[in-house]
Amino acid sequence: MTKNILLAGVGGQGTILAGKLLTQGLLEAGYDVKMSEILGMSQRGGDVVSQVRFGERVDSPVIEKGGADMIVAFEKMEALRALSFLKPGGQVVVNDYQMPSMPILMGDFDYPHHAIEEIKKHADTKVIPASDMAEKLGNGKVMNIVLLGTIIKTMGLEGIDWNRIVKENVKPDFVEINMKAIKAGMDAVGG
Amino acid sequence: MKVLWTGNEAVARGAYEAGVVYASAYPGTPSTEILENLATYPEILSEWAPNEKVALEAVIGASFAGGRTMASMKHVGVNVAADPLFTFAYTGVNGGAVIISADEPGQHSAQNEQDNRNYAKAAKIPMMEASDSQECLDMIKAAFDLSEEYDVPMFFRMTTRLCHGKSVVTPSSRKEVGIKSFVKNPGKYVMVPGNAKVRRMDLEQRLSRLKEYSENCPWNRAEYHNSSVGVIASGPSYHYAKEVFGETASYLKLGFTNPLPDHLIQEFCSKMETIYVVEENDPYLEERVGMLGFACQGKDLFPKMGEMTPDVIRKALYGTMLPQIEYDNTTVVPRPPTLCAGCPHRGFFYQLGKKKNVMISGDIGCYTLGFAKPYNAMDSTVCMGASFSMGHGAQQVFRQTDSGMRVVSVLGDSTFFHTGINSLITVVYNKSNTVNVILDNRITAMTGHQENPGSGKNVKGDPAPMMDIEAIVKALGIQYVRTIDPNNLEQVSQTLDEFLALEEPSVIITRWPCALKKLSREDREEFQGAFVEKNRIEEETCIGCKKCIRCGCPALVFNKEKRKTSIDSLQCVGCDVCTQLCPTGAIKKEGK
Repeated sequence: MTKNILLAGVGGQGTILAGKLLTQGLLEAGYDVKMSEILGMSQRGGDVVSQVRFGERVDSPVIEKGGADMIVAFEKMEALRALSFLKPGGQVVVNDYQMPSMPILMGDFDYPHHAIEEIKKHADTKVIPASDMAEKLGNGKVMNIVLLGTIIKTMGLEGIDWNRIVKENVKPDFVEINMKAIKAGMDAVGG
Repeated sequence: MKVLWTGNEAVARGAYEAGVVYASAYPGTPSTEILENLATYPEILSEWAPNEKVALEAVIGASFAGGRTMASMKHVGVNVAADPLFTFAYTGVNGGAVIISADEPGQHSAQNEQDNRNYAKAAKIPMMEASDSQECLDMIKAAFDLSEEYDVPMFFRMTTRLCHGKSVVTPSSRKEVGIKSFVKNPGKYVMVPGNAKVRRMDLEQRLSRLKEYSENCPWNRAEYHNSSVGVIASGPSYHYAKEVFGETASYLKLGFTNPLPDHLIQEFCSKMETIYVVEENDPYLEERVGMLGFACQGKDLFPKMGEMTPDVIRKALYGTMLPQIEYDNTTVVPRPPTLCAGCPHRGFFYQLGKKKNVMISGDIGCYTLGFAKPYNAMDSTVCMGASFSMGHGAQQVFRQTDSGMRVVSVLGDSTFFHTGINSLITVVYNKSNTVNVILDNRITAMTGHQENPGSGKNVKGDPAPMMDIEAIVKALGIQYVRTIDPNNLEQVSQTLDEFLALEEPSVIITRWPCALKKLSREDREEFQGAFVEKNRIEEETCIGCKKCIRCGCPALVFNKEKRKTSIDSLQCVGCDVCTQLCPTGAIKKEGK
């Protein structure tokens, strides 16, 4: 059975690295894996999604609307935007962080402050202060890795040797903080 | 060993394994990473060319000289390279040659959605289309062998999802094929009409042999399941269709798509009761199926535009998609791409947008975002390098009216080298008086920071001759040239006013690095103080007038409750554009 994970965020938030580590782990665990992301102009502060599919044999590299087992949103409004991709009964993890887009900054629209309430009405939702947790670990940039930890726990991927995956993919000085970030993310959605 | 690679990584690996010795490209989403990956293999001499035509011509020369060689470009790049492409089919190759076309169904980063499979047909060049990364690697290797065996350049068509999507690949090792010797052969390589007519006839024979190959090759295959519903597809559409139809349909998967395998198509179609042709953009396969006398469902059912993803197929077939959560998404605000905090284009466009009775002729790059609010500083964008020439044509017509309209034409440093330089020649030669602006941010920014002839480095990051834009435009005959700091709002405005009053053509060069650029030692020397000190807003001095907000910087956030603006220090790089807009001097350097 193919499993589908959608990572939604804003260009520059690190969705791509989180997706890379995730897919590397899945590959080493023996799954067929496909991942899709759009690069280019959307990187300039636009909304971005990375789509990860894994299972015995995966055909399409993209997730259908209504097809995601899990959505991990790096920003609250992006969680609301991506919700149409969630399979009914699927899981949502949201970083408790808001980044207004340019039309909001220019005063043409209001930020949807009720985003979390709206999502909670429809889906099993966990709100994680991943940005703050990363800051506390000593580097705000590992927010994406905290969120990777939530995926590992939610999707039951604890059996994969993430320590080795991190070592193979990040600079030696950052291995420890990345491992702490994964653990923090796992603990945050654990239990 | 299994790896998870993008199609671009797999194509580069395929070229490496096939023994390629030379590659050339111009950056363009979604093809850019192909050359970047090729450059990581020391065996392949990889180069950024100033444009796609130059890249392909260099590749043709490399092929004639006997080396295996590859050019890669985005779909619209093939338009630029079309001139050599069509005649390359006639000459054929010496060393094997492959041209990559990276198309953009869905237009994620492009000005149009052209289907370049039509180029293969029009240029009479054999074409292959992969459906995943492993096929990219395998097909590219085969393409080099076919190129040499059949004496043809090969066209390899990719799409965004294939280029940037990752799937599992098993790489192997490089086959050293060596460099063939060059033997003078004007009949083959000098395309004067007399020789070209002969090669034209020869090309038909080569294509006819390739048609036989197409009928029997491993890239075109039927997969029969216990079903009389048949799906014909190429590229990633094959996987999309499989996701929806599963084993309820039989498939004709086509990977070698010019010339198409007519007999194979006939054999497949004659066994099916219902035939669907699933392809992105134009009815390229569908028309052939129809021509062979089979009724099929294609573009009457599936959309002509956008990506043919599973939900699109499902909706077209059944009228519904997978069950989805119904929720209120009306409050979700668009998040369009924006100029980054500290972008050197911001100050320039902020001032340019205020000029009255001016048409602004734009071009392709990050700076195209100057068209959007709050700048509203771009009136046209068509293709690479067009701003100077379109602006020239517009000015020549405005001159024949009493509108008094003046034209400012704007492009970036890499776009100037691409084709803008030719356009500036017509401006000078035909005595225009447009104001031509080169936004020199010291890198090719939008495609992800590639070096260019003005940046002083090559694709490997090694030192390279640095073209002097000011000297070039002067040499072309422009008398009024000024290099300015785009973050200095007064200087921008004054220079524009001064040059708009001229009867002669002029060039303004704005010179400041992209805020995301990793600065070189030379950059640090030239742009002292760049991105060193961030700004902050002194809350008690801010009067909440929002004048700073109007420069459209994503680091400036207005708090409605407090009626004050603040600066996101994570984003701010201290460009000081907002500082110049503040009437009360509330914007200060951090720590001061």
